[in-house]
Amino acid sequence: MASFIQLLISGLATGAIYALIAVGFTLVWQTSQTINFAQGEFVMLPAFFVLAAMDLGAPFWLAALIGIAISVAVLGVLFKFVVVDPMLRHGVLPLVISTIALSLLLKESAKDFYSAQAQPFPPLVPAIDVHVLGAAVSTQNLAVLAVAIAAVGVLHLLLSKTRLGRSMQATAQNATLARVLGIPVRRMVLYTFLINALLVAFASILISPIYLAKFSNGETLGMAAFIAAIIGGFNQVRGAILGGIILGVLDNMSAAYLSSQYRGAFPLIILIAVILLRPQGLLGRVEERTV
Amino acid sequence: MFRSGLFACLIVAALGLASPVLAQSTIYIPAVLELSGAGAVSGTNFRDGMLLAIDEINAKGGILGRKIETPVLDTQSDAGTSRAQIQKVLDNNPYVILGPVFSGSVLVDMALTQQAEIPEIVGGEAAAITLKNDPYVFRTSFGQQFSMPKIANYIRDGVKAKSVAVVWVNNDFGKGGHDTLIKEMTARDIKVVADVSTESGQADFSADVIKIAAANADAIFVYVNEEESARFLREARKQGIKAPLIGETTLLGQKVIDLAQGAAEGVRGHVGLTVDAPVPAVQQFALRFKQRFNYVCDHNGIKGYTAVHIVKYVTEKMGKFDSKLFAQTLHGLTISPKDEPGVLMEASFDQNGDIDRESFLGEVVEGKQKIVEVLPKLGR
Repeated sequence: MASFIQLLISGLATGAIYALIAVGFTLVWQTSQTINFAQGEFVMLPAFFVLAAMDLGAPFWLAALIGIAISVAVLGVLFKFVVVDPMLRHGVLPLVISTIALSLLLKESAKDFYSAQAQPFPPLVPAIDVHVLGAAVSTQNLAVLAVAIAAVGVLHLLLSKTRLGRSMQATAQNATLARVLGIPVRRMVLYTFLINALLVAFASILISPIYLAKFSNGETLGMAAFIAAIIGGFNQVRGAILGGIILGVLDNMSAAYLSSQYRGAFPLIILIAVILLRPQGLLGRVEERTV
Repeated sequence: MFRSGLFACLIVAALGLASPVLAQSTIYIPAVLELSGAGAVSGTNFRDGMLLAIDEINAKGGILGRKIETPVLDTQSDAGTSRAQIQKVLDNNPYVILGPVFSGSVLVDMALTQQAEIPEIVGGEAAAITLKNDPYVFRTSFGQQFSMPKIANYIRDGVKAKSVAVVWVNNDFGKGGHDTLIKEMTARDIKVVADVSTESGQADFSADVIKIAAANADAIFVYVNEEESARFLREARKQGIKAPLIGETTLLGQKVIDLAQGAAEGVRGHVGLTVDAPVPAVQQFALRFKQRFNYVCDHNGIKGYTAVHIVKYVTEKMGKFDSKLFAQTLHGLTISPKDEPGVLMEASFDQNGDIDRESFLGEVVEGKQKIVEVLPKLGR
C-alpha cells in the first residue's frame, strides 16, 4: 500500500507538469492552429533565464519573477510576432517546420550559452520527506502538485467565469463570428500565447529542481505533453489535464508493476488505442473547438 | 584587364604552391564527437581535453615537426550521424581518428575505419567494442570486461555481499556493463536479486527504487549515466535505502555529487579515470583544464587529453606517419609517463586494443570523491 501511494503521488506530480504543458499546447492550437513542436524547449528555457538572473545576484524569488517575465516576453510575444504570424499565412505545415527549427535553435543556444552539463536548480520548497501512510513523499512533489492544480484552477476560472475568458472561447470556436460580435480576436490570440508562456514558465520552475536544468530536457517533456494532449483531446483543456495525469501515473505504475524495460512503450500503446477507438481523445469533441 | 587576369593567375599559382606546403606542415587527425544531444557532456569534455593536448603539443612544434590539425565533427549523439561523419573524414585521408565516446556510435563506425585501415581511438567502454577482432580500434579507458571484475571483487571482498540488486541504463553502455557484471557476479556466487533497467534521460526513479527496496539486497550496483545517477541517488535516499550503493565512474564523479545534493554521501565504487586520483600529473592536468575551460573536467576530458598524447608517442616512436604501422605498433605497447608525460598514468594496450592502467576505489565523503585504494593493473 505504501509503495502504491508513493508511486501515485510521484506519478501525479509528474502528470501535473505534463498537464500544464499540454494545456498550453491545446490553448495555442485552439486559437491559432499552431502545433508548437518547440513546446518542450519552451519548458526548458525559463529555468535558464532564472539561473542567469541568479548569476547576476538576484535572490531566487526575484530571479523566478524575472524568468517568468522574460519567458512571457520571449516565448509569448516574440514567438507570436516573429515566428507564428509570418508563417501561419503560408499554412500549418510551414509553421510546424518552423517550430521544429525553433526547438533546435533554442536547445543548441541553451547549450552554447550555459554548457551541456546539467545545472542544479533551487527547489520551491525545502526538500524534506514527509511520511504518508508509510510512504516517503517529497515536499517538492507535493509543491509541484499544489502549484500545478492552482495554476490549472485559476486558468479554468479565467476561461469560464470571466468576460475575457468567454471572449477567448468565442475566438477559439469561430474567429470570424467573434470578430463580428466585436471581440478583438487578434488580442485574444495574443493572450493565449501569453498564457502558454506563463504555463511553461511555471512548469519549468516546478520541474527543474527534479529534472535539473539541462538543454535537452525539452525532448522528453515536449513529447510527453504532446502525447498527453492527444490522449485527453487536443481540443479540450480538461482533456489535456486528464491526458497529463494519466501519462504521469501510468508511467510510474507500469514501471513498478509491469515492466521497467517497456515503460516507454505503455503511453504509446494507450495513444494508439485512443487514436483507434476514440480519435478525438478521451474528453475531446469531434470537429469542435473550445478553450 | 590583362593586369587583373595576371594577378588572378598569380594568386591561383601561389595557392597551388602553398597547398602542399600547408599539407606537409600539418597532420590531419579529425575528431568525431558528441557535441550535441544526449552525449554532449561526454563529447565536450573529450573535445576540451583533446584541444588542451593539441595546443600544448603544437606550441612545442607538433608531432615530428608537423602541427596537429583537428576539425571536430558532431555526431549529434546519434549512431547514424556518427557513421556519416566518419565516412566524411575518411574521404580526406586521416592519419588517426579520435572519438566517438558513445559505445553505440563506435560499434557502427568501426567497420568503416577497419576497412580504411585507419586507427580510431575511442572513448566508448562497452565490452563489445574490442571483442570484434578489429585491429584498428583502441580504447582510452577500461572496457567493461576490465572494470567489472574489479567491481565484482570489491562487492565480494570489500562489501562482503551475498546478493546484489543491479540498476542499469538500457543503452549500449548500460547493457554491456550489465551483461558483464552479471557474468562476474555468477562466477563469484553472488545472487542477483533484482535486475532493473532504466531509460536514458529518465527523471523519476521512484518505481525503480521501490523494486530495489523490495529485493532487500546486500548491495546495490548502479550503472546509469551521470545525471540519472544523481536523480537515482536522491530517490534512493528519500526512500531510505540503507544497503551500500556501489558504482563505477558515472556514479562517483564530482558532477554527480554536486547534482545529488548530499544524496551521494557514502557511495562507493571503482573509478577508472578521475581528476581526484592521487597522481600529481593528473591533478596538474585537471588544474590546467579548469584554468582553460572554466569547469571541472570529468573522466572523458582525461580520455581526450591522453588520446592525443598516445598518438604523439606512438608516431614519434615510429618516426613517421603511417596509419597501418601505427595500429601494429600500439598493440602490445606500454606507454610510461617517463617517456610521454601526457599519458598521465602508465598505460598498456593488448592485442584487442583494450587499455590497462591502475585504477581506484573511491568513496564520497563530505561532498568530495575520496580515493581509498589504488588498484593495480590487471596485467592480462
